[in-house]
Amino acid sequence: MPLYESVFIARQDIAAPQVDNLSDNFQQVIEGQGGRVAKREYWGLRTLAYKIKKNRKGHYVLMNIDAPAEAMHEVERQMRIHDDVLRYLTIRVDELEEGPSAVLRNKGSEDRPRRGRDGDSRDRKVASADSDGDNKPDSKTDDEGEEA
Amino acid sequence: MSRSFFRRRKSCPFSGDSAPVIDYKDTKLLSRFVSERGKIVPSRITAVSAKKQRELARAIKRARFLALVPYVTKT
Repeated sequence: MPLYESVFIARQDIAAPQVDNLSDNFQQVIEGQGGRVAKREYWGLRTLAYKIKKNRKGHYVLMNIDAPAEAMHEVERQMRIHDDVLRYLTIRVDELEEGPSAVLRNKGSEDRPRRGRDGDSRDRKVASADSDGDNKPDSKTDDEGEEA
Repeated sequence: MSRSFFRRRKSCPFSGDSAPVIDYKDTKLLSRFVSERGKIVPSRITAVSAKKQRELARAIKRARFLALVPYVTKT
C-alpha cells in the first residue's frame, strides 16, 4: 500500500479535544478501508502565516498513513466537505518519517534566540548577494527591482 | 573578501554527508532560503544545486500552502 503524509488545519474556534475527535474520525475512515495510521501528531494551535477564511490561527494535525488510494480519496473528500477543516495537504512519500517531525523538533527553540540568529544569517546573505551583484550588473538590477 | 575575482566555489548546502533533509515541515530550514519579502532566493546566490533547488522550491511552496511560511511579507 502506498504511504502518505497528510496535514490538515482545523478552524481556530474549536477546542483541542474536538480536533482530536476530528482526527479520530479520519483515522477510523482509513482503518475502515484497511489502512493504518502509523503516526499522528498534533502541532497545537499555530499562528498561520496569512489569514485563511478569516482565521489567524489554526490547529495543525499531521498523520502518517499507510493506506490504499481509495481510503485517501475518501478522507480527502470528507476533509473538503467538513466545515472545520480549513486546509489539507496529502502527499505520497517513499518512506514514513520516524519520530517527531521537524515542526515539533523546532518547537522548543521557537523563541527569541532562534529569530535573532536567523535574522543575522539573512542579513549576511543579503550582503553577499549585493557583492555578487557588483560583478554581475544584471543580477544587481534584479535586486533593485525587488526592493522597489 | 575584498574585490577578489577568484571567488571560492561555494558548495551546495544540501549535498554531503551531514546535509539537512529538505522537508516542507521544517520552516526553520526553509526560512534560510527565502528572502525577507518571502521570495525564494535564487540558487546562484545560495549555491544550492539545481536538483536540490527544485526540491527546495517544491518544499517551500508546500509550506506556503499550509500557511507555515508566508507567500508575501509586506514591508
